[in-house]
Amino acid sequence: MNAVLQGVLAFVQTWWVELLCAVLIVLVVPLIAGYIVLVELKVMADMQARLGPMRVGPHGLLQPIADAVKLLIKEDLIPDNADQFIFWFAPVLSMTAALTSMGAIAFGPWFQVARDINIGLLFVVGVSALGPFGIVLGGWASNNHYSIIGAIRSTAQLISYETTAGFALVSGFLLAGTLKVSDIVQAQYAGHVWYVFLTPVGFFTYLIASIAETNRAPFDLPEAESELVAGYMTEYSGFRWSLYFLAEYANMIVVGAVGTTLFLGGWLRPFPHVAWLGWVDALPALLLAAVGVYCVMRAGKQPARVQAMFMWVVALLCIVVALIFGLVEVAHASNFAALQASHSFLLLRSMYPGLYGAFWFLLKVSAYIYIFMWLRFTLPRFRFDQLMRLGWHILIPLSLVNVISVGVGLALESSLGWNRWPAMILTSIATLFVGMLLIRWNDKHAAAASASIAADNSQVEDSYAG
Amino acid sequence: MPPAYIPLLLFSLLVLSFPIITLIVFNYIRPGSRGGPAKFQPYECGILPESSARGRYSARFYIIAMLFVVFDVETIFLFPWAVLFRTWLAAHLAAFALLSMFVFLGILLVGYIWLYKKGALDLA
Repeated sequence: MNAVLQGVLAFVQTWWVELLCAVLIVLVVPLIAGYIVLVELKVMADMQARLGPMRVGPHGLLQPIADAVKLLIKEDLIPDNADQFIFWFAPVLSMTAALTSMGAIAFGPWFQVARDINIGLLFVVGVSALGPFGIVLGGWASNNHYSIIGAIRSTAQLISYETTAGFALVSGFLLAGTLKVSDIVQAQYAGHVWYVFLTPVGFFTYLIASIAETNRAPFDLPEAESELVAGYMTEYSGFRWSLYFLAEYANMIVVGAVGTTLFLGGWLRPFPHVAWLGWVDALPALLLAAVGVYCVMRAGKQPARVQAMFMWVVALLCIVVALIFGLVEVAHASNFAALQASHSFLLLRSMYPGLYGAFWFLLKVSAYIYIFMWLRFTLPRFRFDQLMRLGWHILIPLSLVNVISVGVGLALESSLGWNRWPAMILTSIATLFVGMLLIRWNDKHAAAASASIAADNSQVEDSYAG
Repeated sequence: MPPAYIPLLLFSLLVLSFPIITLIVFNYIRPGSRGGPAKFQPYECGILPESSARGRYSARFYIIAMLFVVFDVETIFLFPWAVLFRTWLAAHLAAFALLSMFVFLGILLVGYIWLYKKGALDLA
């Protein structure tokens, strides 16, 4: 018994950072997903000149928690015709796939569950490919026409765009030369460039493919409410439905994190080599302090006492955390030897780069997710054959050509001694040219196809008339 | 199993247990279900369901699934090539690195063009 206990203790001592990250991810990601929903509602309201949720908490800040409680105690129905076990298991599978793939993502230099695995992003791609299973099983188990059509559509869409996403990632791996997450970021640091500038086509094909892979508008056909009620989620209610919902938002975080790691420099701040921009290091602490001060200013103006208290608590938390890190930075700058030798100071000081990296990483992921929302409220939904045509006729060949052109660019650089920028700009322009040719061919093809359909229809009408 | 994967395994178990435990626990906490048998019928916008939903659907989806297997395996082959590409360039094997992939992609390109001409990629 004692030996077992000691073994567990030794294990925890070895892996405590990873275990802490694991518990934090499981606890925090559902909360963050809830708040992404709130931000989405607020962004939507802003774009449509409304206020959005305002009732629960100041500016609706507690709305996600109210929603979570509502969903948890909502009536839980399983239709009689449904396949009971698969119906139960499918949302769990979706959620597990979405969250497990976060294990290999680095949220900052040391905030990562599996730090030393060398297949990093391959693991993310592989595990998140389990997500479609949850969707197709859920739709099939529901035994409902809407569900099954939604599930089949969704699977067709997900697998079509997964190929594009894979090719786009390959163009990034060509530049980085590794699959390990921390090495990819280090390669961008050493190369003085984010890969979005070296292969813009790769980044944008990945962006489009990732929107389609998370079933977001304008590619949200599986849940097109005007034709399919709620797609594969039609029969799901209460907490099971919210598992699918959480999985969708967790997937958004995952694709945002992968795109950020590979193309947007991961946890590096903009221009990490420029010395006079060093003051940017203090930005997270300054921002926290500013939020705290703002909350103090607003606290007196809240109509209800609960709201004022909430504001005070948030303000206190922000200011305390900001003060701790600000003081540590100040103490580091002033050569106060006794303080610098103390253990807790060193611990705090060693924590700062991690938090600071996490700040930039999450900022970039938020920007990525904001693009998702922006597109959702700007573009109308695609038709299914348009979606498939975009995927198979344009994006797959384009991303393949991009892989080749990045390879040629690298070969030009290393073998013929070209500079990096001319090689990369030339190959990017060539890729864009191919992309335009593809769109042209495809437009002609589509026009011919719709003309033949129209001809068929008029023939049918004629036969009715005759 | 290399030790680096142990936290990942524990993490995936933790993630799997989170929805299961929540589902089971809240099964006891939430108020009971009320209402008649109509609630447990499939939702058909108010019409009584006529038949099982597991009927026929367009064969195009099968073609999409088969094509996906081909192209996804291709992606998997590209991953190790992409990782090794820089090493080959450093070893002055640029022609080999590029040609090996051109041959592979060329064969697939022929297949892709054939599919395009056959109309296998159109869903309309």
